[in-house]
Amino acid sequence: MTSTINPNQVQYIAIAFSLILFFVILFLIRKRRIKEEYSLMWLLFSLVFIVFALWRQGLDVVSGFLGIAYPPAAMLLILLMAVFLIMIEFSMIISKLADKNKNLAQEIGLLYHETEKLKRMLKRQKKQNQSKKEKTAKVKPTPDNNAAQNIP
Amino acid sequence: MTQKNTSLGKVLVIIPAYNEAETIASLLQQIHHENPSWDILVVNDASKDETEAIAKATGLARVVSLPFNLGIGGAVQTGFKYAFRNGYDVALQFDGDGQHPVSEIKNLVDLIERDEADVVIGSRFNKKQNGVKTHYLRRAGIKIFEWFSFVLIRQRITDHTSGFRAYNRKAFTFLASNYPTDYPEPEVVILLGKNKFRMKETFTQMLERQGGISSIPIAKGPYYMIKVLLAMFMASIRSRIIYPEEEL
Repeated sequence: MTSTINPNQVQYIAIAFSLILFFVILFLIRKRRIKEEYSLMWLLFSLVFIVFALWRQGLDVVSGFLGIAYPPAAMLLILLMAVFLIMIEFSMIISKLADKNKNLAQEIGLLYHETEKLKRMLKRQKKQNQSKKEKTAKVKPTPDNNAAQNIP
Repeated sequence: MTQKNTSLGKVLVIIPAYNEAETIASLLQQIHHENPSWDILVVNDASKDETEAIAKATGLARVVSLPFNLGIGGAVQTGFKYAFRNGYDVALQFDGDGQHPVSEIKNLVDLIERDEADVVIGSRFNKKQNGVKTHYLRRAGIKIFEWFSFVLIRQRITDHTSGFRAYNRKAFTFLASNYPTDYPEPEVVILLGKNKFRMKETFTQMLERQGGISSIPIAKGPYYMIKVLLAMFMASIRSRIIYPEEEL
């Protein structure tokens, strides 16, 4: 069997995959599975991949510019850079989320404490009102007795 | 409620508590007995035991319960937020494990009320060693913190790991929005030093811990040291948050 490798085959595959990546990300944004602000890096790098898939001499130019002897290594470099940058962005996002999460937990604790305090105050007030009503039913109220009492 | 006495400002004693059910009740009674005009806030850091119920049952403390465990830093910061919103003048961090004697609280509060510093740290090492022996490796670690932080902020603090501290309103207002989370004590010193808070140490006696275990077992020491030294270094290279012209 003779198999001849089409010299363009790898390029077609590269174009196909980088386009798929690009459209998958667009699709996820459309479906609101990714927020736009978190998708910018992904979109940027999928565009970079499309550029290098279409522009055959691109890798030679870049590797010549960077002094890399073996052009495919330049591709790996770009890929690694993409992964690094996206991971750094993730670390930033996670840090922010962790901080917000902590603040929320603290607020929940403080608010729960407040509501419990308010509930206790309400209960006490109700009791006071009730006992006042009972009193007024028995004795004629004087203005002094009616003064609202401060709850300590 | 309790009558106001000679104390100048409102004082809040913040007790971060994680599974302290055994000791919390007697601690609250001791503090209340020491000075009934101090308000006590127990920040229950999602304890798995009865800490919350027992603390509430004493009727001596306000109890704030966090929905999940945040670690000591997150718990103490909750206390600062509470102190800030409820108009306290002095906030005192008092770890719930019973290592610090209640009788020393007033010394720290006094120094704050006399405005001798923004932050007062109760130190084990300020004078000569006292009765309780600290493991020598732990002491060595704390010595390294002392040197390192002197290099970073030019203030000599001998006990960076002490969880016994008093803050004035300016300091705890700042910390209410800026506080590190895990193993925060040494990092806080750098953070405060960088932001030009006046820190002072006072010698305090130490007791054997009555319950709970040290948050830093000796075996984990090297890991802890590296982590904290890195955190201290990073705190020192962070940009200042308060600038001299900006007053709180």
